[in-house]
Amino acid sequence: MKFLRFISAGIGAAAIAATAHAAGGSLHAHEPEGGWAFEGPVGELDMASVQRGYQVYREVCASCHSMRLLSYRNLGEPGGPFYDPEYPNANNNPLVKSFAAQDEILSTEPNDVGDYDYRPARTSDPFKSPYPNDAAARAANGGALPPDLSVITKARHGGASYIYSLISGYPSEDVFSTREIPAEETPAAESEAEAEGEGAEAVDGGETEAAEAAAPAGPTSETVLKVSEIDSSHYDFSKYKGELVQPVGQYYNPYMAGDVSAQWRGDPRKTPPGGFLAMPPQLSDGRVSYLDGTEATVEQMSIDIANFLQWAGEPKQSQRKSTGLAVMIYLLIFAVLLWFSFHRIWRNVKH
Amino acid sequence: MSGHASTYEPKTGFTKWLDSRLPVVRLAYDSFVDFPTPKNLNYWYTFGGILAVCLMTQILTGVVLAMHYTATVDGAFASVERIMRDVPYGWLIRYIHSNGASMFFLAVYIHMFRGLYYGSYKAPREILWILGVVIFLLMMGTAFLGYVLPWGQMSYHGANVITGLIGAVPVVGDGIKAWLMGGPSIGNQTLQRFFSLHYLLPFMIAGVVILHIWALHVPGNNNPTGVEARKDKEGLKQDTVPFHPYYTVKDGFAIVVFLIIFAAFVFYMPNVLGHADNYIEADPLVTPAHIVPEWYLLPFYAILRAITFNIGPIDAKLLGVIAMFGAIAVLFFLPWLDTSKVKSMRYRPVARQFFFGFVVASLLLGWCGAANPDDPIIPMGSDKLVVSYTDANGNEATQTYEEYAAASTFRDQKMSEGVEATIAVEKAAAFRFVHLAQLLTLYYFAYFLVILPLLGLRENPKDEPASIHKAVLGHDRAAPAPAE
Amino acid sequence: MSDAQTKPHETVDEDRRDFIHIATAATAVAGAGALAYVFVDQMNAASDTKAASSLDVDVSKVPVGGEIRVLIGGQPFFIRHRTSAEIRAAQNVELSSLPDPQSDEERLVPMQSGEYNRAILVTSGSCTHLGCVPVGPAQGNTGDFGGWYCPCHGSHYDTSGRIRRGPAPSNLPVPDYNWVSPAVINISL
Repeated sequence: MKFLRFISAGIGAAAIAATAHAAGGSLHAHEPEGGWAFEGPVGELDMASVQRGYQVYREVCASCHSMRLLSYRNLGEPGGPFYDPEYPNANNNPLVKSFAAQDEILSTEPNDVGDYDYRPARTSDPFKSPYPNDAAARAANGGALPPDLSVITKARHGGASYIYSLISGYPSEDVFSTREIPAEETPAAESEAEAEGEGAEAVDGGETEAAEAAAPAGPTSETVLKVSEIDSSHYDFSKYKGELVQPVGQYYNPYMAGDVSAQWRGDPRKTPPGGFLAMPPQLSDGRVSYLDGTEATVEQMSIDIANFLQWAGEPKQSQRKSTGLAVMIYLLIFAVLLWFSFHRIWRNVKH
Repeated sequence: MSGHASTYEPKTGFTKWLDSRLPVVRLAYDSFVDFPTPKNLNYWYTFGGILAVCLMTQILTGVVLAMHYTATVDGAFASVERIMRDVPYGWLIRYIHSNGASMFFLAVYIHMFRGLYYGSYKAPREILWILGVVIFLLMMGTAFLGYVLPWGQMSYHGANVITGLIGAVPVVGDGIKAWLMGGPSIGNQTLQRFFSLHYLLPFMIAGVVILHIWALHVPGNNNPTGVEARKDKEGLKQDTVPFHPYYTVKDGFAIVVFLIIFAAFVFYMPNVLGHADNYIEADPLVTPAHIVPEWYLLPFYAILRAITFNIGPIDAKLLGVIAMFGAIAVLFFLPWLDTSKVKSMRYRPVARQFFFGFVVASLLLGWCGAANPDDPIIPMGSDKLVVSYTDANGNEATQTYEEYAAASTFRDQKMSEGVEATIAVEKAAAFRFVHLAQLLTLYYFAYFLVILPLLGLRENPKDEPASIHKAVLGHDRAAPAPAE
Repeated sequence: MSDAQTKPHETVDEDRRDFIHIATAATAVAGAGALAYVFVDQMNAASDTKAASSLDVDVSKVPVGGEIRVLIGGQPFFIRHRTSAEIRAAQNVELSSLPDPQSDEERLVPMQSGEYNRAILVTSGSCTHLGCVPVGPAQGNTGDFGGWYCPCHGSHYDTSGRIRRGPAPSNLPVPDYNWVSPAVINISL
C-alpha cells in the first residue's frame, strides 16, 4: 500500500523528533505499580486520588509552593475533583466554598481607607500563595525558590511519574552519616565546587538554587551518604562505590535533574545520577490523615499528590480525551467515505 | 492564475454581468475546477493541498488566540494558561495552533523532498520553486516569532540564542540586534513587536502562496514522470484530468488522513513535540541546561553548531551562521545547480541513491541538532584518570591510571606528603555528535554544490516515457517505480 | 480496467455514486458545523470572567436611607436601604399610572424563610435609556420621586427603581440575586 509507506514515514519523522531530546543526568522517572489511571487515549483520572492529593497539597505542599494558575472554583468545575452535578456552577458548590473560606487572602481591592485587608477567599480567587512574592519565598527557604506547582507535571520530563518518583525517591536515613571535618582541612575547594553544582541544578526551574555560601567559619561537620547502599527496586545503585557529600541545606535525590560530580568522592567516571535540591524529604507515613480513611503511606501520598498535580496541570484533560474520541471516529468515517468517493470518481481513469 | 485557455461560460444573467466586470468566478473555475492536471499524480502530490489547509488552520486559530493573549512579559504566560483553562474550547484552539506548526513543517518538508525527487524546480518552474523557498523562510520566521509568545524558558532563551546569531555579523550585527530587540535585551518591547510581526507574517505567507499557485498554474503541474503534459488538444486530454472532481477528492482524502495524524497529536499527545521547559515561565537569570529549538529547526541548528573551526579571518560563530543561512540560500540556486535535463529521479538511478542519502542526512542532522554535540556516538577506548600534582622540583606532573583505586591511593599518598593532588578524567577519543554533524553538513552542501551539478553531466539516465498517458498504460507491465 | 470495459457499468453505478458523494458532502458539512461551533463558542464569557460575575454583599452595612454601589463584572448595581416612608411610597402607587407597571413586591426577592425584606432594594445601576449611572441619595439628588435621577437626559426613578418620568423606557432591572443569610445577598450575573 502506498499509504502505509506515507504514514510510516510521517510517524518515523515524528518519533525521531520525540526521542531526540537527550535525557539529563537524572534517573528516568517511573510509574507507581499498576501504572496511572489517566494514561492512554481513554484513561481517566482517579478522582478519589486527586481529592486526597488536594488534601496533601493543602496540608503539606502549600506551606511553601504556590499554585497561582488554579482557583478554588476549578476544584468544582466539570473534570475537577469536587465536581458535583448538583452544582453546575462551581461557585455554589458548598464544599468548594468551604475550601475557599478556610483560607485568608489579602484583598486585591483597597478598603474604605485605602488599606488592603485580609478576607476569607472566595471561590473565584486564585489559590492562596504561601508568600507574597518570590523574594519572600527565597528568603524563607534559604535562598531557594519553591517552584509554582500549577503546571509542574507539564514542566518536567516524566510529568506525574517524575513527581511521584521524586517525592518517594529520597534515600532512606540509614545510608547517611555525619562526620567531623578535621580542623586543618579547609572547605574552600568544596564551596567552590558547590557553586558550580548550583549552576547546573538551577537549570530545572530553580528548584535547587542553593543557599548562599556557608558561614565564614565553615562547617565543622559534613553529611555524607553511601550511594551504593541505597536500596531501590527500580535501579541498581551498588555500582556507585564512593561517598556523596551533601551540602548544607541540600538534599540528594536521584530523580532530580542536576550534577553531583563536584560532591562525589569516588571514581569520577561513575558519578551517581541525580542532583541536590533544597527541599528535604516531606512525606512520612501518617503525615496527613485522609478524610476518606485511606491509609496515608508515603507511597499512597506520593501517588495522590502526583494525581492531583496531573489534574491541576491541565484541568481540561478529560474533556480533551472525550472530544478526541468523537473527533477520531468522525475523521475515520469521513476518510472511509472519501475513499469510496475517490474510487467512484477515478474508476474510469487509469492513473 | 491559470495558464490555459478559459473554458468558463457564464450561464445566468447575473454571472454574465459579473463576468464582464470582475471575472472572479472565471478565475476560480479555471484555477480549481477545470484546470488540466496530470492524471498520474501520486499521494506525494497531495501535500500542496494539505499545506493550504495547514495555513488556513494556523491563521484561523491564531486570530482566535490573539483575542485572548496578552503580549506583556508579566501577562503572557498566564494568559496562555488562561486560554488553556478558562476560555471555552481555548485548550483545543491552542493545541491545534501549537501542534499545527509542527504539522505545517512536517507537510512542507515532505512537499519539498517531493519537489527535489521529481525535479519540480527545473525549467519552466524555477520561479515556482523560488517562491516556495521564500514561503519556507517566512514560515521559519513566523515559527520562531510564535515560539517566543508563550514566554516560557525555551521561548526566552531560544530567542536569546537566535538574536545572538545576528550579533555575530561583523560591524552591523550588534546594531541590528539591538534594533530588533528594541533594547539591550529581550524584554517587554521585544515581546510586543514579535507578537505584531507574528500576526503579520502569515498574511505575507498567504500572499506568496497566491503567487506560488499562480506560478504553478502557468506551466501546470509537474508529475512523477517529469514529462510535461502534451499541449495539443488530444494529448492534453489523454494526459490530464480536470482538477475537480478528480483531485479535489483525492486531495480531500489525503487531507483527512493527515488530519487523523494531526488530531492524534492534538488530543492524545499535545505536548510531545514541545519542550517541558517551556511550561516554566521565562526567567532571564536561569538558562535551561539544553537549549534546543523546535524539532523542525533542528537540522539547521545542527549545521550551525557543526562549525567549530575558524577559516582565515572568519571565526567559527560567524561561519556557523553563514553555513546555517547558506543551507537555505543554496535552495534558491538549485534550479541552475542541477544540470540534468531529466526531471524525475525515477529515470536517474544514480542520482536517486544520492537523493535518498540526502534525506537520511537531513534526518540525521535533526538527530544531531537535538543531541549534546560533545556526547560520544562511538567511543574509542575508555576514559582514564589523571592525577595532577606538583613534583619535588616544583613542576606540574601527572600520572595516568585506569583503576580508580590505584589513582586514589596515589593521590592520598601525595596528599599525606603534603602535596596537593587532584584526580581528573581524561576523556577517551570518540566519534561524537559534532563529528557526525560535520560529515552530514559536508554532504548537505556537497549534494547541491558538487553532486547535482556534476551528475547531470556525467550520468546515463534511463529512457523517459513518451508521454504521461504512455507511462500510465505501461505502469502494469514495467517494474514498479520506487517511492510512489 | 480499461475505459472501454467500465463504460457499460456507468449508468448502473450512478445511484450508488450519488449516494456516496452526498454522504461524503454531508459529513464534511457536519464537521464544518462542529468546527464553527468551537470558533463561535470561544468568544463566549470565559469561566474566570463568569466566576468574577458573582459577589456576596453584606447588606447590613448599608445605612438606612442610603445606598451602596457595587461593581460586578464591570457593571454597577445599587443596594438601597429604604426608610419606612420610602417603602410606603413605593407600595402606594397606582400601578396603571406607571409607564412600566410592576408592583414593589415583584421587584424584591424573598429571603430563604420566604419573607420579604422590604427595606433592601437591589437594582441595576444603569439607566435603561442610554446606560448612564443615575445619581441617588449619596449625591443629594433623588429626583422628583425620591428614588434616583439620571442627569444625562432627565429620567426620574421612584423608591422602587421604577421609571416615572423621562425618556427611559423601562424600570431599572433587578439582577439575579438570592439571600445567603438574613444579612448577606449573593448577586450573580
